[in-house]
Amino acid sequence: MRKMALDCVYKLSKLDDRVIFVGSDLGPGVLDKMKTEFPDRFFMEGVSEQYIVGMAAGLAMEGFIPYVNTIATFLTRRCYEQVAVDLCIHDLPVRLIANGGGGVYAPLGPTHLAIEDIAIMRALPNMAVVAPCDADEMNRLMMSTLEWPHPIYIRLGKGGDKIVSEEKNGFELGKSIKMRTGIDGLFITTGVMTQLALETADILKKDGVDVGVLHVHTIKPFDHAGVIAAMKDVRAVVTVEEHIVNGGLGSAVLESCSELNPELLPKISRIGIPDKFATEYGSQNSLLKHWGITSSTLVGAMMKKLGGAS
Amino acid sequence: MAFDDRSKLLRRYVIDAMRGGGRGHLGSSMSMVEILRVLYDSVLKFDPQNPQAVDRDRFILSKGHGCLALYAILADRGFFPVSELESFCRPTSRLGGHPERGKVPGVEASTGALGHGVPIGVGIALALRLQKSSSRVFVLTGDGEINEGSNWEALMAAAKHKLTNLTVMVDYNKLQSYGRTVDVLDLEPLVDKFKSFGFVTHEVDGHDVSALETIMEKLPFAESAPSAIICHTIKGKGFPFAEGNPEWHHKSGMTEADIQQMYDCLA
Ligand SMILES: Cc1ncc(C[n+]2csc(CCOP(=O)(O)OP(=O)(O)O)c2C)c(N)n1
Repeated sequence: MRKMALDCVYKLSKLDDRVIFVGSDLGPGVLDKMKTEFPDRFFMEGVSEQYIVGMAAGLAMEGFIPYVNTIATFLTRRCYEQVAVDLCIHDLPVRLIANGGGGVYAPLGPTHLAIEDIAIMRALPNMAVVAPCDADEMNRLMMSTLEWPHPIYIRLGKGGDKIVSEEKNGFELGKSIKMRTGIDGLFITTGVMTQLALETADILKKDGVDVGVLHVHTIKPFDHAGVIAAMKDVRAVVTVEEHIVNGGLGSAVLESCSELNPELLPKISRIGIPDKFATEYGSQNSLLKHWGITSSTLVGAMMKKLGGAS
Repeated sequence: MAFDDRSKLLRRYVIDAMRGGGRGHLGSSMSMVEILRVLYDSVLKFDPQNPQAVDRDRFILSKGHGCLALYAILADRGFFPVSELESFCRPTSRLGGHPERGKVPGVEASTGALGHGVPIGVGIALALRLQKSSSRVFVLTGDGEINEGSNWEALMAAAKHKLTNLTVMVDYNKLQSYGRTVDVLDLEPLVDKFKSFGFVTHEVDGHDVSALETIMEKLPFAESAPSAIICHTIKGKGFPFAEGNPEWHHKSGMTEADIQQMYDCLA
């Protein structure tokens, strides 16, 4: 997904000379093609996230569209005030490409795990927050970013994810995608958790439980209408995110229902990272298990809401 | 050094605004009146009728809390009516306690959180160079403000990119909020610090109009490095009760007597 995101920056830079890449001491060879073809629009800056966000704001004020890339925790926590003031108060078209949303950097420990990035980015006026489910969708998202006039936070999942998104569904910022229909229950998901939900829906199907999957790639602006419409037809809803349960997708769904359709609230249950910093290393999958984000917990939560045994 | 009429007039505008708002950063504004005056009278290229003109020079007041002095010079130069100054900090005024881009004509960046102006200025300078523009970028910071590490990240980058179109100025009034910079966090040797960060750096008396004009005429100081000017100033300059007094960094709840006392200093 990351490779696709960066390939797209290169493609975009060929299409539009407003496109600029800004990295903060990334690995060797990153975007070499762009660096060779458009050396003026390729910036590899030092380990200085506060500065690169301010710099990107300055470039955007003069009409450029900067794509800023580094590790998600450092692009959010380290320079939160720069993101808030320089990008969001000024409402500038800067794109933050955040490597390693959730447990991707499991072996590196809690300093490197972006567990609350969606919540803190979502709290900022003018910021859009997007978490695509695979590389194909990343491609569609990236190619649609040129004309969005506000800042965008783009959350990357792990690399080499299965492709589950479909061309025919297209991509529109702020519009959720029904990936699977089901008459009994609904998983509402974002990022690569959409993949886990689709697998889980297959498992449930074998047991005769028909569950749909609504992929909410854009957590902000939130697709109130699409989400509420999808929830109305089912008896149980489970939100799934590789993000702390406070303030992310599940919270957005609850807020939306609380305001618009409180009668839907009892249907909802949330699955996400518990409200604590990771205490284990291992792999992304082992962390997900540790956090209780697995097919079997999804099955359990769905069956409980449907009123059956798990 | 006695003020000439122009320095007095601009200070009077600052007081007009403080009277309207009942508050303001007096000390912080008065230390930079001459710096702004010289920039807007003799250095910057701008058109008050077309504040967004692409060929303008960009000035960023990074120490946004000093905005009263900026509002004074912008009003004086015709970006908005002088009569608007008295609306300072009123609910629907354009002139808030910190300057905002998009609200106040002539304001390039919304500042107030310290340590943002230099990074943004570097981005603008890079953009202008990419566009082959001959416009220049000026950023004015406080001395306490450059305690913030973000400034130094950006200064290093400005030198790396050889931004000859960027000038960083420091309003070195030797005071910050709590007290003296030597006590809170000593910046010395400040000129050497800027030099070692790759800036060709000069010092000047920041209240001496002709010295400021002379030094700014020499910009850019080098052909392949950014420029810096350390301006030695006095916080609250012109107001004996406020000069060097941290109590006058910011004042609120000002009475008519306080205001009159300030006007009297300019008589
Ligand atoms: C990031 C940030 N931290 C703290 C403040 C609060 N603050 C406002 S002015 C100031 C002192 C600034 O001192 P200096 O830069 O020397 O300005 P001057 O003395 O010219 O007023 C402080 C701490 C702020 N505005 N922004």
